[in-house]
Amino acid sequence: MNEGYTVEMKQIVKQFGSVLANDRVDFRARAGEIHALLGENGAGKSTMMCMLSGVYRPTGGGIYLHGRQAGIRSPKDAMKLGVGMIFQSFRLVQSLTATENIILGESSPFWRGRGWMKTKLEEIRSLADRFGLAFPVDRPVWELSVGEQQRVEIVKTLYRGADIVILDEPTSVLTPGEAEQLFATLAHMKSEGKTVIITTHKLKEVMAVSDRISVMRKGRMIASMAKSETTERELARLMIGKQIPAARPAQARSIGKPLLTVKHLDVYAEHGRKALGDLSLQVNEGEIVGVAGVAGNGQKELAESLAGLRSWKRGTVAFDGMTFKTASVRAAMEAGISHVPENRMRSGLAGSLGIVDNLLFKSYRSPERSTLGFMRTARNRAWAQTLVEQFDVRTPGLDTPVRQLSGGNQQKLLFAREISRDPKLMVAVHPTQGLDIGAAQGVHRLLVELRETGRGVLLISEDLDEVLQLSNRILVIFGGAIVYETKGCEADRERIGLYMAGLTEEGEAV
Amino acid sequence: MNQQTVPAPLASGETAAEAKTKRLPFRLEFDPSRPDSPWWITIVSVLLALAACGIFIAVNGMNPVTVYAKMLTGAFGSSFGLTETLVKTIPLLLCGLGVSIAYRISVWNIGAEGQFVAGAIAATAVTVYFPGLPAYAAIPAMLVSGVAAGGLWGLLTAIPRTFFQVNELITSLMLNYVALLVLNYVVFGPWKDPQGFNFPGTPVFTEAMSLPVLGGTRLHLGLAFALAAVALYALLIRYTRWGYEWRLIGANPEAARNAGIRLSRHIMFVMLLSGGLAGLAGMAEVSGVAHRLMYGISPGYGYTAIIVAWLARLNPAGLIISSFLFGGLIVGGYSVQTIGLPSSTSSMLQGAILFFLIAGGMIGKFRLRRNV
Repeated sequence: MNEGYTVEMKQIVKQFGSVLANDRVDFRARAGEIHALLGENGAGKSTMMCMLSGVYRPTGGGIYLHGRQAGIRSPKDAMKLGVGMIFQSFRLVQSLTATENIILGESSPFWRGRGWMKTKLEEIRSLADRFGLAFPVDRPVWELSVGEQQRVEIVKTLYRGADIVILDEPTSVLTPGEAEQLFATLAHMKSEGKTVIITTHKLKEVMAVSDRISVMRKGRMIASMAKSETTERELARLMIGKQIPAARPAQARSIGKPLLTVKHLDVYAEHGRKALGDLSLQVNEGEIVGVAGVAGNGQKELAESLAGLRSWKRGTVAFDGMTFKTASVRAAMEAGISHVPENRMRSGLAGSLGIVDNLLFKSYRSPERSTLGFMRTARNRAWAQTLVEQFDVRTPGLDTPVRQLSGGNQQKLLFAREISRDPKLMVAVHPTQGLDIGAAQGVHRLLVELRETGRGVLLISEDLDEVLQLSNRILVIFGGAIVYETKGCEADRERIGLYMAGLTEEGEAV
Repeated sequence: MNQQTVPAPLASGETAAEAKTKRLPFRLEFDPSRPDSPWWITIVSVLLALAACGIFIAVNGMNPVTVYAKMLTGAFGSSFGLTETLVKTIPLLLCGLGVSIAYRISVWNIGAEGQFVAGAIAATAVTVYFPGLPAYAAIPAMLVSGVAAGGLWGLLTAIPRTFFQVNELITSLMLNYVALLVLNYVVFGPWKDPQGFNFPGTPVFTEAMSLPVLGGTRLHLGLAFALAAVALYALLIRYTRWGYEWRLIGANPEAARNAGIRLSRHIMFVMLLSGGLAGLAGMAEVSGVAHRLMYGISPGYGYTAIIVAWLARLNPAGLIISSFLFGGLIVGGYSVQTIGLPSSTSSMLQGAILFFLIAGGMIGKFRLRRNV
């Protein structure tokens, strides 16, 4: 009757207030397969998986596990039934070690004895090794990279005995190399007979790893098929409902004079860790320079130094005819450097404030926005209104708290603010992270527009496709230094990948 | 948005767990991202606090309704009661305003008590060391020294916070005790009135050192200071660049840093202001009400101010209302002593109000949903 389906979700309906997130959705997955749930942001795929893992309860419909109806009322219930979910934002205690996080909540004897933690460490290490998930088991989580933290999360679910493992947008935080490793792990889990479900909006990944694919759009299940029966193009059509135009290649155009020149920069991060060592780079007017690299190789520190948020020990930063002596946000802003930070809600926008206040962030000191210490409120509102219209920010009103906007609209708002200041250079870090295809294309258009109008763009991204598609020049950052540089039109994906992994063409470690 | 129809859930094959939820018609859902709870939650919280305290009063053999009526008439029912209430409102309003400014940028100053005492001591120092000053010099000198001392006391919290990441909750609380001990030292020691029959207080101030009062009442010029300060605060947060910067820091300090706002400078300045306002309250109290520095100069104004600020949700108009209500609560607390209840009844009420306010804020994040 159930034909070996481990997961069956039948006619699932989920309503949030007046918004229908899932409309009579059917979903099935088998043991020993990697099932990709594909859909744009807001298609309802995460909601579906949250109901499977007990975070939400469906408004209607039934969930069946191994052919039996499951009354999942909480994540704990789900765990007991062998369902484990790895969320986009990890549920880890930063100050505890990886092992402590994994065994957290497990009932253990009150007196643990001397060798107890040692045996647990060994147990977890061997479990991690079995699935090819290497991470330092005895280090506090805050010391681990994002990729390693995800591995901790995976081992946590496996340790708790999950045979149905859900990963919500697992590669959105990973670098290409880390993603490859993750896919290998998923394949291993599959071979051990686990049901692996990933939600994603990246077509390449779907084609690379999955066995079956289900496509959702606007809260409905559109199609479900085996990978062999479909193509990337068809999936894209199913997912967005219209044919996507091919990406416009970066056109070669004349490049202006040097804008930003960084020479021999040494930057130390927290706890005295050397984040950048002898880093040099140059950005000219009218070009997009892409910085590709695996997370944690100094990208964040590089962007922060340029934005004036982080000071450097050695080296020079020259910009548009002047030299920055020390890091100063104000000086960088006034010189014309705009910074689109990595995490827009954490450091780019104030979620509880309205549109106007968020747009004023960097320009409120200018005489047009305030005089003699007083804000020019009426004028600022009119100005905000024109920006909202110009950048097509979809919002119910100018006072709507920005955390209520969708990710794409938040990013549009952020770009509206940065571009309205007429920057000479934009430092954009992961500008399309977490955005759906449409919103990401909008961001790409804005970046290209900046280039066409003679501004410089330093695009720091872990999305290699994005870097390849937009950049005039591509730099590869590894271990806090630029290890490779190539022209955008001559870029070779494989070679870049090798440098990102810290290998030269001969295959030696740098 | 239009409501869409939802098909009926499957009736068959319910598990025991599902059946159990079905029996309850409602369930609670927690939504931490919910914005501020509605205004009536505040009123309901205060009413619930009164009801809860009513139980204790009833246990003590009194009718809570009579007791509350007595408090109400005691505090607001006569011109004497009303001016007394206003006299208590002044320090509460100034201290409440001080802590509100700090809370706006998420600096948890609970040291208004110490800053108040520091201001009182410093203002009194002027009278001790320059006893012959005429009124036009004495009052401004006392004002300046009181505000400066309160502000500096606030800075003692701000400096470790900005430079060494020391938690301001701890330092500001600890500094309260330091200020109180300094107060005890001066009133029991060097500044004690030689003609005071061993009363722990300084000599009574001369006319020149006292703030002018209204007619024959005890209501003094401090009320004008307090109202002017609130008006300035309202202007500041609504229309100025500082107000905007504080809003930004309060909403997202990391983003404020990205916008080029120097957080450390703001924290120092706000704590200086916050302490200065409490110091002003201390000056007004010695110069306008007590007319001397004495042991126990503050009956805990600095702590009550925290409740005043929360009740007002840091809103300027709300601060005026809540400090007036709490002034009335203190005066009403005195008036119930005549019918045999301890004056700490009002402390109990204060505590209960804060407790229910915080609980109300928490409950406001829950939603009651009908089970389908």
